[in-house]
Amino acid sequence: MKPEYKIISDLIEKDAKVLDVGCNDGTLMEFLKTNKNANIRGIEISKEKVQICIAKGLTVIEGNAEFDLKQFPNDSFEYVVLGQTLQAFINPETVIKELLRVGNKAIVTIPNFGHWKVRLNLLFKGTMPITNSLPHDWYNTPNIHMCTIKDFVRFSEIIDFKIFKSLALINENVSDINNSNLIFKNLFGELGIFLIEK
Amino acid sequence: MNIKQNIKTLIVEKPLKLDCGQTINNFPLAYETYGSLNNEKDNAILVFHALTGDQFVTGINPVTKKDGWWSYAVGSGKSIDTDKYFVICANVIGGCMGSFGPSHENPKTKKIYGTDFPVITINDMVNAQINLLDFFGIKKLFSVVGGSMGGMQVLQFISNYPDKAKTAIPIACTSSHSAQNIAFNELGRQAIAADHNWSDGDYNSKNIVPDKGLAVARMAAHITYLSKKGLQEKFGRKLQERDDLKFGFDADFQIESYLRYQGSVFVDRFDANSYLYITRAMDYFDLVKQFNGNLSDAFKNTKAKFFIISFTSDWLYPTQENKDIVIALNAVGANVGFVEIESDKGHDSFLLNVPDFLKALKNFLDKSYGEKNS
Repeated sequence: MKPEYKIISDLIEKDAKVLDVGCNDGTLMEFLKTNKNANIRGIEISKEKVQICIAKGLTVIEGNAEFDLKQFPNDSFEYVVLGQTLQAFINPETVIKELLRVGNKAIVTIPNFGHWKVRLNLLFKGTMPITNSLPHDWYNTPNIHMCTIKDFVRFSEIIDFKIFKSLALINENVSDINNSNLIFKNLFGELGIFLIEK
Repeated sequence: MNIKQNIKTLIVEKPLKLDCGQTINNFPLAYETYGSLNNEKDNAILVFHALTGDQFVTGINPVTKKDGWWSYAVGSGKSIDTDKYFVICANVIGGCMGSFGPSHENPKTKKIYGTDFPVITINDMVNAQINLLDFFGIKKLFSVVGGSMGGMQVLQFISNYPDKAKTAIPIACTSSHSAQNIAFNELGRQAIAADHNWSDGDYNSKNIVPDKGLAVARMAAHITYLSKKGLQEKFGRKLQERDDLKFGFDADFQIESYLRYQGSVFVDRFDANSYLYITRAMDYFDLVKQFNGNLSDAFKNTKAKFFIISFTSDWLYPTQENKDIVIALNAVGANVGFVEIESDKGHDSFLLNVPDFLKALKNFLDKSYGEKNS
C-alpha cells in the first residue's frame, strides 16, 4: 500500500461519500471502506483494473476521468480523490474544476517534479529525470503535465481554488507545507498532498 | 409439438392491465427454476430472456434438446451459480414456450389468437413476471439479470418495483430502442408478412407455417448479433464444400450456408407471430419517454446496486447506449458499476464463452451476495 493512503484517509471523515478518480486496483478504496466506512465509488480507465475492483466487490465505473466526470451531478460526493494522476491529463485545469464541481472537497496528490533528485538528474545528466516515482522515459511517459509542489500552490491562485491543507511526504514522513517552508518542501517533498475546495 | 409435460406453468389469476388497454387474467406463465431457494428466501435470481430465448436457461432444453441459451453463464459453479442461487426464468408473455401468446386459443372465439392477440410491451412482460415472486414467497430478489431484451426487462423491473431486487444487471441493452433497432425488427416482420403462408397471421388454422419468412427474419437478425470482424475471422470468403464458385445462387460461401442453417433451425422452435409480437414490444420500449425525457426518474426510488455491462463489438446496443444508463443512474446517486468487455463476438457476446464477461458477472454476484451476510 502506498504511504500516502494513510494520509488521505486521515483527511476524510467517517461515513463520507467518496469518489476515487483513477482508482487503479481499488487498494485505496478498500482502505477507506475499512477504515472510514466510506461510501466509496471509483472510476478507472483500465479494463483489467476494473475487473480487479469488481473481484474485490468495489463499485467502479470504467471510464476516462477527463471526459466521464461530467456524468456526475454537482456535489455528488463529499470528497473526490485524485491520486498521482493530475499530471497525466490533457487538461489539468478542467479536471480540477470538475473534481470541485462533483465533490465538496477534493484531495489531490502530485509527484513533486521539484524534488532535488529530479533537479540533479536534469542538471548533471542533462536528460529527462527518471526516479522511483517517475520511472518512465520522456517518450513513453503518461505524465504529460508534470508540476512541482510550488507550481500547484501557484495553480490554486491562477485558477482560483482554496488549498485547505497541504502536506509533503518525505521518506514516508508527512509534514505541513506553509508559506515559510515552501521552498524547502518543494526541494525535499517526494509527494504533495492537497486538500482543496472551491 | 407435445411439449406440455415438460413445461411448468403458473396460471396468473390476478388481472393484468396491458399497456394497450386490454386486461388479461387467468393467463399461463411458463417458467423454469434451477438450484434451490434457501430458508431465508434471499438467494433468488430472476433471469429475463432475450427476443428468441425461453425459460430453459441452462442444461438441456427439454423441447429443443439443445443446450439452454445461457448455459455458459448459468449452472453449477458458473457465473450464476445454481449451487448457490435459486434461478427463476419465465417465458415472456407473447412468447411461444408455454406463456400466454399468439399461438394460444382465444377462449371467446375458440380460435388461435394469431394477430388478434393484444400487442404487449416490455412493461407488460415484467408485470406478468412479478407474480412469480408471490408464487415462490420471495419478498426481495437477490438479483434481476438479463441481456439484450432481457436487460430492458431488468430496467423496467427496477423502475416498476424499485425495492424488489437487491442487485440489477442489465447487459448489452438500451433504455430506448433506436431507429436502427426498429429498422432491423421491421425488416424481420416484413419478411414474415411477405411469406404467403403467413396468411395475415392466421396460418395455424390452415396448418401451415410461414417458415421461409421467419427464416429470413432470423438470418437478418443474426447478422446484427455478430460483428464484422467476428464474421470475417470465422467465415471470410471461405467456400462451402466446394473448390470453386458455381456461378449460381446456391450457398457458395460458408457464411451463406451458416445463415441458412440458422434460419432453418430457428423455424423449428419459434412461432412467427410471437416473433412479430416480441419485436414490437422491443420497438415500443422507451423508458426515457416513459419518464418524460428524464431516464434518471426511472431509478430515483431504488436502492438496488447496479452493474452495467457492454461489449466493445456490439453495434446493436453499443457501449454508449449502455453508458447512458450509467449516467442516468449516477444522476440520482445510485450505486452503479460499469464495465465494457473486450470481445469481437458482437452483441451475442453475452451468450457466448467470453471469459472476461463471465468472470465479471460471477465476481459481482458473489461479492454482492457476500455483503448481505457480513
